[in-house]
Amino acid sequence: MDHEATTDEPQPDSVTDAPASATATATRELGEPLVELSGVNKHFGALHVLRDIDLTVRKGEVLVVIGPSGSGKSTLCRAINRLETIDDGTITIDGQPMPAEGKGLARLRADVGMVFQSFNLFAHKTVLDNVTLGPRKVRGLSKKAAEDQARTLLDRVGVGNQAHKMPAQLSGGQQQRVAIARALAMNPKVMLFDEPTSALDPEMVNEVLDVMVALAREGMTMIVVTHEMGFARKAADRVVFMADGLLVEQAHPEEFFTAPKSDRARDFLSKILTH
Amino acid sequence: MDDYLAGFTELFSRYDVVGAFWVNIQLTFWAGLIALAVGTLLALMRISPVASLRLTGTSYVTIFRNTPLTIIITFMVLVVWTQLTVTLAPDFNANFFWLAVVGLAVYHAAFVCEAIRSGVNTVPVGQAEAARAIGLPFLAAARLVILPQAFRGSVAPLGNTLIALLKNSTVAAAGSVATETASTMKVMIEFSPNHLYAIFFIFAMGYVILVIPIGLATTWLSDRLAVKR
Ligand SMILES: Nc1ncnc2c1ncn2[C@@H]1O[C@H](COP(=O)(O)OP(=O)(O)OP(=O)(O)O)[C@@H](O)[C@H]1O
Ligand SMILES: [Mg+2]
Repeated sequence: MDHEATTDEPQPDSVTDAPASATATATRELGEPLVELSGVNKHFGALHVLRDIDLTVRKGEVLVVIGPSGSGKSTLCRAINRLETIDDGTITIDGQPMPAEGKGLARLRADVGMVFQSFNLFAHKTVLDNVTLGPRKVRGLSKKAAEDQARTLLDRVGVGNQAHKMPAQLSGGQQQRVAIARALAMNPKVMLFDEPTSALDPEMVNEVLDVMVALAREGMTMIVVTHEMGFARKAADRVVFMADGLLVEQAHPEEFFTAPKSDRARDFLSKILTH
Repeated sequence: MDDYLAGFTELFSRYDVVGAFWVNIQLTFWAGLIALAVGTLLALMRISPVASLRLTGTSYVTIFRNTPLTIIITFMVLVVWTQLTVTLAPDFNANFFWLAVVGLAVYHAAFVCEAIRSGVNTVPVGQAEAARAIGLPFLAAARLVILPQAFRGSVAPLGNTLIALLKNSTVAAAGSVATETASTMKVMIEFSPNHLYAIFFIFAMGYVILVIPIGLATTWLSDRLAVKR
């Protein structure tokens, strides 16, 4: 994460863009609450990873989650589509509580897109099949309809010409863009990103962030765990800072990065900035 | 030298050696097919989110993997058929054949399960998570994402199980399948004791000839099908 902060500085566009997009985000209309967590607790054995988390994300909102390693950011993300169970509290998506298991859970998960740090493309399927699998098997789309949609999405993330390759033949940045297309193909209500660029070589970070910024501008509701401050400044409506399983601080990105209120956040920011 | 050749010719003309091997091949084929189906089901149970299914799968594997095959085959005849009067075919010999097939299958299913599970371990956890994240329920995720990759990763151990099954099919002799190789060999030793070495040679070589291609084929397939990551 150190180099992420430094690669952030030589990007003139992310800095000069910031004021313009700040006004853009300020005027963005946020809708109804879409993802609501209340009183969420989670333990791994004796470790209390999520402590009484209350968090509401509105339709169209882009939330950036930031915080030191081990603070529970991934667990928070994974709890939202129940890849991780919670001990108590409630999580609702668009008013519906996340079911414990079964068909209802699968259906709700289909509405929550997830992009992983390690891409996790299906290694035995072509790029095109990766993107059409969910729409065909979960949404019941015909092969033709799913492929048409997949091609549009692959074009949109800039890998349209790779449709027939296997994931292992693609660069990390391309794989992550395919993973974004795969998630988008389900027409999710909200997209979760867990450090989508931290497994990438520095020169591939921007191609993925560009896709995410475009997505944010189109009004997608997003929860993004990232240390990319350029992205946060450009696209986020709100930054939440997590430490030791607690939501320590929430603020508008400009405000958070220039004048963090808590000592923990100030300490954390000084560490990722002074390199 | 001529004596030896004459000996072989006599053995092959007096006894149906090729037919005996054919019986073992058929035992292996049917038992292998059933074991593959049952073993896949067991592997699914062992990776399923339902605790009771996992327990059932684990218990099955523990019991059958650790029971000697001879006991299972004898059990099929003396308990399943004689006591419980379960008949698998109207014809007397065919009945023994199918009882042996079932005995071989339930035993080797435990090994197939473990072979497939070793294949499942070659599939990164993230693949299963990604499948669940796009809304695939467990069975669909297993069928479309996990198992196709797991099978590719378990070709080599599955091949070893098949080789073991082929050789173990001679235990069908304990289940009164009189026409298979081990039984035939015993008969031949009894009635042509002067050709003792030739008899052992024939059966040992027969199995070597059958097994070598299986080993080569699985190695080749394993390389060819390996999922590039
Ligand atoms: N499956 C697990 N079993 C036990 N402990 C776990 C498990 N997953 C995570 N943890 C622990 O829970 C804590 C929070 O983990 P989490 O992955 O949510 O942190 P994070 O904020 O995403 O960190 P990073 O920036 O390193 O990704 C860590 O201390 C981690 O070691
Ligand atoms: Mg993490």
